[in-house]
Amino acid sequence: MMGGWITQQGPQNEIVLSSRVRLARNIVNTPFPAYLSMEEAKGLINQVEAAAKKNHERGYKLLVMDELPNIERQVLLEKHLISPDLIKSAKGAALISQDELLSIMINEEDHIRIQCILPGLQMKSAWDMANSEDDVLEQTLDYSYDEKLGYLTCCPTNVGTGMRASAMVHLPALNMIGNIGKILQTVTQIGLTIRGIYGEGTEFQGNLFQISNQITLGLSEEEIVQNISAVTSQIVEKEKEARSLLLNNNRIQLEDRVWRAWGILKNARVITSQEAMKLLSDVRLGMDLNIIENLSVSIINEIMIEIQPANIQKYAGEELSPEARDIIRAEIIRKKL
Amino acid sequence: MLCNECGKRPATVHITKIENGKKTNMHLCEQCALAKGALSINTGFSINDLLTGILNSGTPLPFKVDFMDDPVCPVCGMKYSHFRETGRFGCGSCYNSFGERLTPLFRRIHGNISHTGKIPNRAGTKFKAMREMEYLKAELAVAIKNEEYEKAAEIRDKIRALEKSNGRDE
Repeated sequence: MMGGWITQQGPQNEIVLSSRVRLARNIVNTPFPAYLSMEEAKGLINQVEAAAKKNHERGYKLLVMDELPNIERQVLLEKHLISPDLIKSAKGAALISQDELLSIMINEEDHIRIQCILPGLQMKSAWDMANSEDDVLEQTLDYSYDEKLGYLTCCPTNVGTGMRASAMVHLPALNMIGNIGKILQTVTQIGLTIRGIYGEGTEFQGNLFQISNQITLGLSEEEIVQNISAVTSQIVEKEKEARSLLLNNNRIQLEDRVWRAWGILKNARVITSQEAMKLLSDVRLGMDLNIIENLSVSIINEIMIEIQPANIQKYAGEELSPEARDIIRAEIIRKKL
Repeated sequence: MLCNECGKRPATVHITKIENGKKTNMHLCEQCALAKGALSINTGFSINDLLTGILNSGTPLPFKVDFMDDPVCPVCGMKYSHFRETGRFGCGSCYNSFGERLTPLFRRIHGNISHTGKIPNRAGTKFKAMREMEYLKAELAVAIKNEEYEKAAEIRDKIRALEKSNGRDE
């Protein structure tokens, strides 16, 4: 059921969960999706589908948002295969590759958004894959492109390369030590941004963060990839330093925290998403530090996605209240561990 | 100063309200201010707010030109004034239609005004040749400066060949 970046392994996988590259593209002389009629939007979906399916290796499956049950849409979102904006769009559709590493969103904010998501830190490979998919599409589609401004997008924050590259990182030790704030600040000064993935405000649920580029105009795709990779590697080093510091000075407390998390996850009968994400972060840390052995990180990835609301309801085969979900969530986790 | 509401936490939010000409001051802590709905710290402003903020924060002109100077994109019908409100274009041609007005915006968002990345294969054949030409000319200048005349001659030949093939296309 789970595939793609969730179950596969990649470099630096103990701290970097995934590397993602997204390219925004538009068709020339055609209003952006918000201004297309349903008919025109359908026509565009057919056009893009035909262009993408020239690459037979990918085994693309077309999913039209309007025809897809709400839970199915949410499941794709929770697996990070499509964006929140796409599931809200009645005109939207997505082509998902068989291996779930590539997706092409149609009629999101832009006509086309090509996304490649790979496990671990492999930004360059993600860019290469998205880039070659872009070449395939461009063989048949006429892109909106300007000599001076590059790829023209609906939002001026994407113009130029149309590229957003992002790494999802797990930074529990830096968060415990309280150094996250400093990193957030530094990173924004060099044209990148870092934010919590789950949860809102200052609480970083599951200690998961996303580092991504802000600037799309005036830097080449390669430069953007290099910047993100270099900064992510540095943050990974800092996290490792923080972990060894914790391990050297507070080993027993750390072990206690990890094993308590393990105990609760293995035995709980009711658990909220917030609590589960926090405890999974502790267990993931424990695995990376060899406190817990003989368990694969992909299990934690799978659980992390499977305990999100829509995935739970898909598992249960019916719509559930939040309270009922907390019970099923605990059951899924016990089974997996 | 302690919060007027809970009296426990320090007051960090100071609100002056003027209702029916009557002025009242409130000093609250963040939690109580949020609970009272006195301010919306957590709403976090959207990218739209930010963009329109940037768009509308330019140096004010000595005269008002808004109504005179509101170009409309001929392809999608989007007005420049509408773009300023939403921060989103109607189609790719809007960029050309609104022209130089957008330059300060790009500078503020990206710190740059020209693309240096990928050039599409089909749409970009001409641009590719142009960029290649720029590159060769720069190389030629360096070669001449360093008195590498043999190399300069080679580059010159490449430039001529490129000019020829471009001429054929047109």
